[in-house]
Amino acid sequence: MNETVKKHSKLGKDKWGYIFLIPFFVAFLVFSFWPLIQTIYFSFFDHYFSQTDFDYVNKFAGLKNYKELFTPETARLFFNTMVMWILGFIPQIVFSLLLASWFANNRLRIRGAGFFKAVIYLPNLIMAIAFGMMFFTMFSRGGPVHQICEAFGMSPEYDFFFHIGPTRSLVAFINFIMWFGNTTILLMAGIMGINESLFEAAEVDGASQFQVFRKITLPILKPILIYVLITSLIGGIQMYDVPEVVTKSSGMPMSKDIFSLNVPAAETVIMRLAKYISKSKNYGSAGALSVMLLFITGILSVVVYKFMVKDEE
Amino acid sequence: MKKVAKVLSLVLILVLTVGCFAACGKKDEAAQGKVLNIYCWNEEFKERVEKLYPGYTKDSSDSSKGKIGDVTVVWNITPNANNAYQNALDEALRKQKDAKADDKVDLFLIEADYALKYVEPSVSMSLADLGINVSKDLANQYKYTQDVVTDSKGNLKGASWQGCPAGLIYRTDIAEKVLGSSDVDIVQKAVKDWASFEATAAKMKEAGYAMVAGFDDSFRVFSNNVSSAWVDADKNVVVDKRIWDWVDQTKKFTDNGYNLKDSLWGEGPWKQGFFMDGTTFCYFGPAWFIDFCMNCDQPNSVGDAGKWHITVGPEGFFWGGTWVCAATGTDNSELVKDIILKMTADTDILVKLAQTFSDFVNDKPAMEKLAADSSIGNKYLGGQNLYGVLAEGANKISIKYASAYDQGCNENFQACMKEYFLGNATLDEAIEAFKVKIKTVYPDLKTDKIGR
Amino acid sequence: MAEKTKLDANYTVKKSMGMGTIRVIAYVVLVLLSLMCLIWFYLLFINATRAHSEITARISFVPGDNLIDNLKKLFTSTLDFPRGILNSAFVAFASSILTVYFSMMTAFAVHAYNFKGKKAVHVFILAIMMIPTQVTSLGFYRLVVDTLNLKDSFIPLIVPSIMSPITYFYIVQYMKSNLPMSLIEAARIDGCMEISILNRIVFPLMKPALAVQLIFAFVASWNNYYMPAMILSSSKKRTLPILIYTLRSATEKDKDFGFQYVAMALSVLPVIVVYVFFARKIVGGVSVGGVKE
Repeated sequence: MNETVKKHSKLGKDKWGYIFLIPFFVAFLVFSFWPLIQTIYFSFFDHYFSQTDFDYVNKFAGLKNYKELFTPETARLFFNTMVMWILGFIPQIVFSLLLASWFANNRLRIRGAGFFKAVIYLPNLIMAIAFGMMFFTMFSRGGPVHQICEAFGMSPEYDFFFHIGPTRSLVAFINFIMWFGNTTILLMAGIMGINESLFEAAEVDGASQFQVFRKITLPILKPILIYVLITSLIGGIQMYDVPEVVTKSSGMPMSKDIFSLNVPAAETVIMRLAKYISKSKNYGSAGALSVMLLFITGILSVVVYKFMVKDEE
Repeated sequence: MKKVAKVLSLVLILVLTVGCFAACGKKDEAAQGKVLNIYCWNEEFKERVEKLYPGYTKDSSDSSKGKIGDVTVVWNITPNANNAYQNALDEALRKQKDAKADDKVDLFLIEADYALKYVEPSVSMSLADLGINVSKDLANQYKYTQDVVTDSKGNLKGASWQGCPAGLIYRTDIAEKVLGSSDVDIVQKAVKDWASFEATAAKMKEAGYAMVAGFDDSFRVFSNNVSSAWVDADKNVVVDKRIWDWVDQTKKFTDNGYNLKDSLWGEGPWKQGFFMDGTTFCYFGPAWFIDFCMNCDQPNSVGDAGKWHITVGPEGFFWGGTWVCAATGTDNSELVKDIILKMTADTDILVKLAQTFSDFVNDKPAMEKLAADSSIGNKYLGGQNLYGVLAEGANKISIKYASAYDQGCNENFQACMKEYFLGNATLDEAIEAFKVKIKTVYPDLKTDKIGR
Repeated sequence: MAEKTKLDANYTVKKSMGMGTIRVIAYVVLVLLSLMCLIWFYLLFINATRAHSEITARISFVPGDNLIDNLKKLFTSTLDFPRGILNSAFVAFASSILTVYFSMMTAFAVHAYNFKGKKAVHVFILAIMMIPTQVTSLGFYRLVVDTLNLKDSFIPLIVPSIMSPITYFYIVQYMKSNLPMSLIEAARIDGCMEISILNRIVFPLMKPALAVQLIFAFVASWNNYYMPAMILSSSKKRTLPILIYTLRSATEKDKDFGFQYVAMALSVLPVIVVYVFFARKIVGGVSVGGVKE
């Protein structure tokens, strides 16, 4: 496509490319780049609010903040975050693809498709705190879900929120419920753009549903899928409010694993970062953790993107 | 180096105080500011001032403003979530010196859990410097409410309109079955100290009941009665013997099945215990806990059946409360002084406060009068007059050892120990986890001394 | 079409699952998922009709009779909820419109023009997307409050929306499959100015994608608590999430869950209405379509 653009474009028109980029980049420089530089700058300082002096401590610390963070504990925070993200993302992408292809399938003619589409997006509208509050009452001991499980032989003493597996799964489950509708809508917008005649031709050729999905829908959806995967990954790494509410900001229960560490099993990177920023106002450590986060997100995204783009060729 | 810093800060304080006196000397009452800024996190104090401070008029167009005489009162309300209130207040107080007169913080509100964070540094004014005669003007207040906001030099730096003394709230029907009587004196004997408390817990277990519902029900009772602060003079975090007592007791209770393995505010058994089909014998709480948290107006609740009673319990303690502090640098010292006096020490207003908002007000004679009134009875307590018990408890509370770091230490310690109680971690592992949490929340503290 | 020839090559006569079976499965899955999505709203609205003590006592699927009382509290509260709704609506509308318009402009620049460093710009914006918002929140706060002196203003909550890499990325991807260059060329030949190509030709074609992103941006702003709570201080400017958190931070004694739930229900309701309205537009917009390659 680039070649056609080159051939047809007239001299002088292309300067508009730069002009149209101005608002974005001005906003970026002011509201994102400058704050980011500050964050990186702070990461080299002992910079925190001292309660006894009632002012900020601010002295150069070199790499101290990084050294302190370069521990298996911090790795553990990333591990927690990724586990909970994957647990939620797999059902999210599976159901979204399924639903989107059903909705777009003219032969299936789902009645009330408009209603269903509207409904599955709804959880995204609700604030995480409201979600968390009702979630507790549903899943806690004595709540309806717990009672159903008791009927199937679970001990009444069992508490989901005291165990690692259930706690992580519940966090993932909320994320799944909150986001699969969003993903479905994104994928649908992509599928609807596919020329109807393609499906018709496939049908005439006697292709099965699965073949149509694999050979037509999936390849055309690829750009959108990349988008979904990357944004979800980024959203996953930034996971904060759901585990914060579900674990009452403690990140507990504690878990032991290969690192043989005893750290909260549901504490995410951003939960730790938020504690640095809003509880202790420890901007030095917050800065260092931010830089680490930046690096890891960047690497992950590049890997995913490269992988997908290579696949496309 | 430290000495130099100390000397320097002393000099600084001296200069500041002298400067302040000089400034105060220069200024007349006429030089008072036109805007009174009050910082708080909810509507509690605002509602009370609006209703009861003489001469306060609401601004009909802007709910965050009001007038007292020709002074505009501005309510700066930042919700607590994510520590936002303390952050906003910290920023405002940090900039207090350079702020324009109309932007200066004049009054701010604090809670007991983090009171010393604002009481110890010079950001809050000693009430004596405001011109309040503590021993005379505030004589009717409960002593503990003053201990909470007294700095290490003995200066009183805040005042509260309410007291939140608490007691042990128990179920009379279970007491009758297991202890043979529901009489307050007999039950008190069975829980008069922790040894008796434990013995009673064993009896409860035998009869099929749980002494308490959660791990942390009794935490406040222990932590209010410590003999050393969470943080020592060298910024080492130390765990007091009484806190370890709580750990030992709770572990024992958990292993023996004396509790129901839930937490405070838990949705499970902790809450079920408020109803007749629950199996929990007792809770620890103040008056507001009975009235607003135990679902007493619900059918089939223990309160609805009038089967709760209250007694002093093993030790005195309190739960809750809001304190009013004057900010150093206020340009409305006269008004600030008057608000503190009227809202926390004026018996007439406090009695009205008790009537309108059902607060347990911070006025000994007023509360003692209520305690002696046999016509007053709480229907949830089967007609028992709880003021006598609470007033007795209030006099027993002594808060000597607090630190500016209590909030984070208390919260995180409980969260980590819960893992130990549940068997998810050994005690050492839970302690290690606690150290990490402390380092996160308070970077300037040392954690090497944590341990038994 | 490449896909079609590929399909032809893989032509098989394998009998697939019957349409009827798939339909049954589809309905069962859809109904179950819908129930899982709706139960929260159902509970939210049910709790809005119950009294504090009922809510804390136990969960219920039957409405209570406290709705009027809760609403009364809401509207007589000194917290001024109607004002909060207006504030939230204003901030959310303004910022979501800025987000979609300027993201479209940025995406158009990268999609339709050839200039030096174009690829670098694209990759760079993708890289920006990786910056978690929390990483810059601290510096952002300092900038707004100390440097720009914009404390207690809506501007810092609205203007930065111009830069939304995630929205940009989506629109660029969408343009790849839905905005043929031939259309732009045709407009140029007709003598259209570049800016009016963007506004008159690209904009209508992008409507389905923009509507989707508008909803996302609107909801994100509507539910945003963290930054507004740090920047807005006067009660006249409070947005809904701040009001709800204010209720939540009442002392245990003054806490009123009935009041909290009715406030949350009320804050969710307008978004549902806006959403339902736009949901139709998306579907409608897609079927209207544009020129297909």
